[in-house]
Amino acid sequence: MTKILVLTFLLIPFCLLLNRRTNDSAKENLKVGALVQKTKLPGEKVFKKYCISCHQPDGGGVPHMNPPLINTSYVLGDKEQLIGIVLKGLKNVKIEDETYTNPMPSFKQLKDQEIADVLTYVRNSFGNKASAVTAADVKAVRAKTK
Amino acid sequence: MKKNILIPTVLLTAVVFCIFSFTKITSFPGVNKLPKADADNAGLTLPAGFSALIVADNTGQARHLAVTKEGDIYVKLARAKDGKGILFLQDENKDGKIDKQTGFGDYGGTEAALKDGYLYASSNTDVYRYKLNDKDEVTDQNNPEKIVSGLLDHGEHNSKSFTFDNDGNLYVNVGAYSNSCQEQDRQPGSMGIKGCPILDSAGGIWQFKDDKANQTYGDGVHYATGLRNVVGLDWNQVDNALFVMQHGRDQLHDLFPKYYTTKQSAVLPAECMYEIHKGDNAGWPYIYYDQIQKKQILMPEYGGDGKKTADKKYLDPVMAFPGHLAPTGLLFYTGNQFPEKYKNGAFIAFHGSWNRSPEPQAGYFVAFVPFKDGKPSGKWEIFADGFAGVKDISPRSAKHRPCGLAQGPDGSLYVSDDSKGTIYRIMYQKK
Repeated sequence: MTKILVLTFLLIPFCLLLNRRTNDSAKENLKVGALVQKTKLPGEKVFKKYCISCHQPDGGGVPHMNPPLINTSYVLGDKEQLIGIVLKGLKNVKIEDETYTNPMPSFKQLKDQEIADVLTYVRNSFGNKASAVTAADVKAVRAKTK
Repeated sequence: MKKNILIPTVLLTAVVFCIFSFTKITSFPGVNKLPKADADNAGLTLPAGFSALIVADNTGQARHLAVTKEGDIYVKLARAKDGKGILFLQDENKDGKIDKQTGFGDYGGTEAALKDGYLYASSNTDVYRYKLNDKDEVTDQNNPEKIVSGLLDHGEHNSKSFTFDNDGNLYVNVGAYSNSCQEQDRQPGSMGIKGCPILDSAGGIWQFKDDKANQTYGDGVHYATGLRNVVGLDWNQVDNALFVMQHGRDQLHDLFPKYYTTKQSAVLPAECMYEIHKGDNAGWPYIYYDQIQKKQILMPEYGGDGKKTADKKYLDPVMAFPGHLAPTGLLFYTGNQFPEKYKNGAFIAFHGSWNRSPEPQAGYFVAFVPFKDGKPSGKWEIFADGFAGVKDISPRSAKHRPCGLAQGPDGSLYVSDDSKGTIYRIMYQKK
């Protein structure tokens, strides 16, 4: 199990490297998606520890309280904004006319890699398909928000 | 001698028969007029003899509701739909199903209640009232009288639910805009703020006059404190006292994993029913009630570890339910339609949990608690179940979530659903 996790962990940057060369994001999505199907992404562990109670096992969140992670631009869109939400937290966010009132605390205590893993997991679970987030992405945003 | 007995016996029998038939007619005027139930009882599981029908569907995020003496229904929506935050539902052909829907009041909120010729409704900051005509229709939909305004709304726990006593007072919930008064709300390990400042203007019940315009905090009485959030509340006519259902704090495991397992966190703390009198303090955020240890336990944010009790004794609940079921409606049943067991007992709409994962979610039903002399007289039981309509319930997958309760003029019980906006009517028919 640990071996698979380590392997997956190593595979992500490799895939990204490949894709950066081809510069084809559709292909990238496909590969990360295929990866999810074959093995478990390391971010699942982080999700289960820190995120699942509010955002729920189905990623649907809680109506009026905790935002859904499915099919929303907050998750699928700009990585920098998404990383910023994890680092700084969020309150009273409005998604498609619905306000979510429970505040999300800051998770800046997590390592860059843990945040990258969990965001990659979230962007490729519950029917989502989007490019992976790297530890370098997180590091860059963290440096800006300090 | 025989004649002497016979005559009074015949007379007595005649009198008894007369009284009996008279009682039968006057006590159950609506029995014969009850509409036909849906073949599947609206998808609900009910005790024997009860049946249900869907009276309206897709109304919006239907929070609380009130039924007039004519059988028309006012529904308060959490968010205004097409500029209408209060719906008026009518059944013109009297088949039990709504065939006319109008609306007014361009604000979202929670409460809708009838009192002495007025409809009262709340936004997330104010309480309004609308004058009714003799058919219980609102006479001027655009110009309600503002009874209370300026109550706090920071998003979290902003429902301004209210109820009335019999002496011209209104009791309004102002929920705490926090989970447990941590320095950083919902931040793992963050400790509680000393002398929780939220309690000066929230986390309690405020009493106002029900007929005086333009009141705010300073005009009201800070009736009770230490209540995190109350959405379901009702006046108990037998006890002549206020009863409330508190939503207990969330995330004991998420925030203090060293003291609580996920299994403990799924059922703790209790969702509490309190009988409230002026000056009462239910202890939030310093303590919670543990229904397993049957004790008031010090909150981990204030030095607790899941076992330590508090020095100061706070108000004990009159009944404690498993954690996170989210009680959103409370109604003391005063009707005559249901069997005797239900008279003056409490119906509670449990909106359903989100804070139990990874354990299965629970709630999403209407419960019943029998009462005698204004106190619970037996265990609580599930009365109506099946609202969620799915096997593995999540807050998003649940098809319906019971929210508000109301009693019809014939004693039918109405339940609102703030997920799909279904309005249910539950009836009892003697076989």
